[in-house]
Amino acid sequence: MEKVIIGKKLGMTQIFNEEGKLVPVTVVEAGPCKVVQVKNQETDGYESIQLGYGDVKEKKVNKPMKGHFDKNELGYKRVLKEFRVANAADYQVGQDVKADVFEQGDKIDITGTSKGKGFAGVIKRHNQSRGPMKHGSKYHRSPGSMGASSSPSRVFKGKKLPGQMGNVKVTVQNLEVVKVDAERNLLLVKGAVPGIRGSLVTVKQTVKK
Amino acid sequence: MNILKELEREQLKQDITPFNVGDTVKVHVKVVEGKRERIQIFEGTVLKRQNGGIRETFTVRKISSGVGVERTFPLHSPRIEKIEVSRKGKVRRAKLFYLRDRIGKAAKIKEKM
Repeated sequence: MEKVIIGKKLGMTQIFNEEGKLVPVTVVEAGPCKVVQVKNQETDGYESIQLGYGDVKEKKVNKPMKGHFDKNELGYKRVLKEFRVANAADYQVGQDVKADVFEQGDKIDITGTSKGKGFAGVIKRHNQSRGPMKHGSKYHRSPGSMGASSSPSRVFKGKKLPGQMGNVKVTVQNLEVVKVDAERNLLLVKGAVPGIRGSLVTVKQTVKK
Repeated sequence: MNILKELEREQLKQDITPFNVGDTVKVHVKVVEGKRERIQIFEGTVLKRQNGGIRETFTVRKISSGVGVERTFPLHSPRIEKIEVSRKGKVRRAKLFYLRDRIGKAAKIKEKM
């Protein structure tokens, strides 16, 4: 079964593993999620499952969504996300997906929205270097040359320039599950995970093998 | 945040021998050699204790064959079997970095009675 779950980043801490080594971990509250819909080849043309995460009051749900939730009487969910899994038929509508689908030592990919840094210059955004701040230099933090002159008479696409940095969807691949706490629905993941504390993340089995 | 604090609290050691900066301590460290585990003792003066909670660490300094050696241990690490205080020191600072510049008798710390 391909493993997927929706969760919330709680923050970072550290734990000692069995060998007694110190491991930096991100704590992700994964689930409990419910399978709200299972799509299949016949009716939808592709296979996927839709997971719901987090409860929400009835009056917060609009009419079309209410109809969708009421179809199977699963309660109202704050977040709905669809996952293309190869074996969607293994899932049933109403089935609970909890943190314990993952095991210690599993490799996972985590997707989230990175922290927004606002409109950033090239030094912060593209790791370019600064010019001298003194000794008559007039070149401090600017992006540098735009390219050659009359030929090609334009700036090439993809030229690294200032602009919005962060607040985009980011996936970190091949993270390791250090510990699973099934009771509290926690995944302890080695290393950093995109986003602020409390932000929504999706956890998948890694695509790298 | 509470869950993070809980996770950290679960890992705190309850039976840590109280010791202070300036004390001479014997740190019993578990060392893995191949498949065998044995205990190694690192004896020296506690130079500093820093950070708090699960992140607390302490640094021990000793002179080993004429060369100063400092080792920093996480206080709550399971690799640390136990800490023995062999001598209590009387110091007036929280960080004893001045010991690094001193050799021999000058690097001595008065004993606390």
